[in-house]
Amino acid sequence: MTKAIATPRGPKPNRISPGRIILYSVLLIAAVYYLLPMYVMIATSLKDLDQVREGNIFAWPFRAGFDAWIKAWDTACTGLYCEGLKVGFWKSVQITVPSVLISIAIASVNGYALSYWRFRGSEVFFTILIIGSFIPYQVMLYPLVIITRELGIFGTLPGVIFIHSIFGMPILTLLFRNYFAALPVELFKAARVDGAGFWGIFFQIMLPMSIPILVVAVILQVTGIWNDFLFGVIFAGTQNWPMTVQLNNIVNSTQGVKEHNVNMAATILTGLVPLTIYFISGRYFVRGIAAGAVKG
Amino acid sequence: MSENYSIEINDLKVAYGEIVVLENMNLNIAHGEFLVLLGASGCGKSTLLNCIAGLLDVRDGEIHINGKNVTWEEPKDRGIGMVFQSYALYPQMTVKGNLSFGLRNAGVKKDEVERRVAQASEILQIEPLLKRRPAELSGGQRQRVAIGRALVRDVDVFLFDEPLSNLDAKLRADLRVEIKRLHQRLENTMIYVTHDQIEAMTLADRIAIMRGGLIQQLDTPFNIYNNPVNKYVAGFIGSPAMNFIEGTLTPGDVPMFTSGDLNISMKGYELTQTLGSAPLEGVTLGIRPEHVLFGDAAAGAPFSREVVVEVVEPMGADTLVWAMIGELSFRFRVEGQLQLRSGDKVTIGFDPSRGSMFDAEERRI
Amino acid sequence: MTATVKHKRRRLGLFRNLSAKIAAIPMIFTTLVVFVGCSIWTITYSFTKSKLLPVKLFTMPVEFQFPLSLFNRSEEGFLTWVGFDYQWNGFSQLINTKFLVGFAQYDRLLDASRNSRWAESVENILFYGVFSLTFSFTVGFILAALIDQKVRFENAFRSIYLYPFALSFVVTGVVWQWMLSPDGIQDAINQFGAWAHIGILENLPFKLMASGETVIFGLLLAGLWQGTGFTMVLMLAGMRGIDGEIWKAARVDGIPKWKTYIFVVIPMMRGVFITTLVIAASGIVRLYDLVVVLTSGGPGFSSEVPAKYVYDYMFARSNLGQALAASTMMLLTVVIILIPWMYLEYGRRKER
Repeated sequence: MTKAIATPRGPKPNRISPGRIILYSVLLIAAVYYLLPMYVMIATSLKDLDQVREGNIFAWPFRAGFDAWIKAWDTACTGLYCEGLKVGFWKSVQITVPSVLISIAIASVNGYALSYWRFRGSEVFFTILIIGSFIPYQVMLYPLVIITRELGIFGTLPGVIFIHSIFGMPILTLLFRNYFAALPVELFKAARVDGAGFWGIFFQIMLPMSIPILVVAVILQVTGIWNDFLFGVIFAGTQNWPMTVQLNNIVNSTQGVKEHNVNMAATILTGLVPLTIYFISGRYFVRGIAAGAVKG
Repeated sequence: MSENYSIEINDLKVAYGEIVVLENMNLNIAHGEFLVLLGASGCGKSTLLNCIAGLLDVRDGEIHINGKNVTWEEPKDRGIGMVFQSYALYPQMTVKGNLSFGLRNAGVKKDEVERRVAQASEILQIEPLLKRRPAELSGGQRQRVAIGRALVRDVDVFLFDEPLSNLDAKLRADLRVEIKRLHQRLENTMIYVTHDQIEAMTLADRIAIMRGGLIQQLDTPFNIYNNPVNKYVAGFIGSPAMNFIEGTLTPGDVPMFTSGDLNISMKGYELTQTLGSAPLEGVTLGIRPEHVLFGDAAAGAPFSREVVVEVVEPMGADTLVWAMIGELSFRFRVEGQLQLRSGDKVTIGFDPSRGSMFDAEERRI
Repeated sequence: MTATVKHKRRRLGLFRNLSAKIAAIPMIFTTLVVFVGCSIWTITYSFTKSKLLPVKLFTMPVEFQFPLSLFNRSEEGFLTWVGFDYQWNGFSQLINTKFLVGFAQYDRLLDASRNSRWAESVENILFYGVFSLTFSFTVGFILAALIDQKVRFENAFRSIYLYPFALSFVVTGVVWQWMLSPDGIQDAINQFGAWAHIGILENLPFKLMASGETVIFGLLLAGLWQGTGFTMVLMLAGMRGIDGEIWKAARVDGIPKWKTYIFVVIPMMRGVFITTLVIAASGIVRLYDLVVVLTSGGPGFSSEVPAKYVYDYMFARSNLGQALAASTMMLLTVVIILIPWMYLEYGRRKER
């Protein structure tokens, strides 16, 4: 009986099939498309102005330096003042931190109330909230201007914080509600049997168990609020413009020559915070997106 | 590579990275045999089945099906059909679509597809369900469709991966019989994975009890029940589980088993080996609850004793009684109509030659 | 005996709900006042005359203007609308003062012969929307499917495709604006052509932003760069949610991978597709920052979008009525997207 040359035994022979090659090629080509702008940003920001004027955005800087960065941070003109992005940076921080804290505080309590303490009408409000989150901001913009004006907070930090807190509520409430709904309800019942009340259960049981979802919520909100432009430009007031508004002013001001290296440096500085969060948080960021897409 | 066996497994080794799951696995399965791979979670039974199916890569060794070396073949070329624990039916297709999808993909002619689908539906009695979607079927119906999907492939070997585990007890009992009838009708080779020893005992021609990647015993249900090869097998098969008494075996013309104040003569017990002269420590004597005699019958048994009833578990047909022998909790069965109570003094007995003895390494002696 | 029990239970019931109700006040306030109230305000006032609420403009060296004073304090210290005294005497009175002008605003909005800007913006957002959705879904799905194939460096690839989503639209706009300008990619290609002596490349134009016809593609390039990662992640999550045993069954059946994706996986992912579609669509309707930064709506108005139209009319051109009418149209669009989705969702739930 003739034996085959290679008797099949053990693991299958190496499968670098043509299919695999195509797969990796496609992924790599896509990666180039996504990485190119980042390369342009970094490379340009490190160049000096002469090289920028020469054009050829893909060239690597001859003399790489952080001059453009320093200029963007310290002395770039953002409208009336020429004090650089550092002003906007702190304003962004001042806007983001309170907004995140307030909106998460409210939303977590809301989500908790909705999953365990349903009362008449709670579901209706929640549904309206969710539908409301789809409504384009423009529809509610002017009345909100009027309201904030009436409250005396238009054009101030509290004003823009107020707006961000409101608009952060729908998706965060949904996030927390879904999360709490997935926890075993026996925990809650056992706590009630032990005699704990609304706030007691929240602070002593639910909150400690919510660390993962809190992280997701923080990431979602920080990214969203830091990157916001519309509310910043309308509600914050000239003195309080966040980094994104300043960036646009730096780039689109029609005075003088376009200093692309400064522009790119400014871009990187503006994107630094959310990008850092993104690269550190990895999985949580993805979970945040996925959670945002899971409706009721 | 003989054609005598339906499935031959030679020196199989399966590993995930550094963790070795199966090693030096050898198994031969005859044509038309119903082999059950039985064991607790993690013993490697599912891994072995998936290797036979071709869904898992092996680190070493060969697999032959119907005389053909299939170690490197894709599942579709191995001549197998498979039934999964979660049925894995294509949710968006009708039952008919589920049955015919694979065939249509393989380019089988339309009338042949129709014929096979009709035949399988008739055997499994799912004809009225052909136009429905899986979501509209009950658990038992879904399982039949899953079996049907394997049937239409017109293969020699069927692989079952814990198919009844997702069903409730009554449904499990009904479908078990159907699978047995199916095997009698089709006479195909069937490999069946389960952790339920009752399924194993009722369905198998042979059972392979697995633990830690090794086959503990490969034998007919009858032999496994009567002559378990080690303590693990003895404790695994049979419900309620075997009673184990730890003690010392003193060899002699009539070996004596002593434990605490128990002295049991092992006259008539078939030893698997000749013992030395020294007493053996750490010996375990196993007696099945159903072999324990009660009342008058016990009086004439080679070993009998009066015990105090501790707990009574009435189950209808019979009653499970827990009593203390010395410091040991002992289980035995009595007639269901007998109404015993905790604290009652009763006489029980057994024939030690019907029991099993295991040495300190848990092997049978 | 029973009476006291009942009474006690009711009291407890009220108290129990009280805490929750207090805690939910912000949510109730937000929903009622903001989402419902403001929307209704906008819709109602879109039926009014436009110049009713004049706005003092404050010009800046940069292209942004925003409202400062909408109110004046009267002698008594009350806030009054500038222009007329607010008096609610019923609808008849309102109509008499020509407060309500009916659908006049909408006429102005929608009459393409008089107002090509709005028509243009609607056309643009439709084109952008359809193209963007198709592309991001296709590419997103393909990338997700490729990554799902147990590739090495899966995390790296996913990070690369998703990081643009973490950036602001302003950042995206600034970078792509430059890259798509003649000094950007075009110049680089030209220089490369000159260096490598490839004549065609030396003079190759890449002026997406210069022409009204092609500027929308520039927007698409940038917008997709930012957003495709989002769809990809959702698709990947949907794929991973599919029971592994279905894959095994398909493999035993001999179904090739690509067929399994098309005939088994995609039908099973219908829910994910719909949800992603709704979210993506509602995000596209709101497109604003990117347009402002990348093209400023230009050249001319060829890349105008509804959100920008609203903002400009609301704050820059003090034509409030127009802006509100435009906002209401945007709302209508979203409602049209939402209603079939909600019907599906709630209809499905009733089935269970």
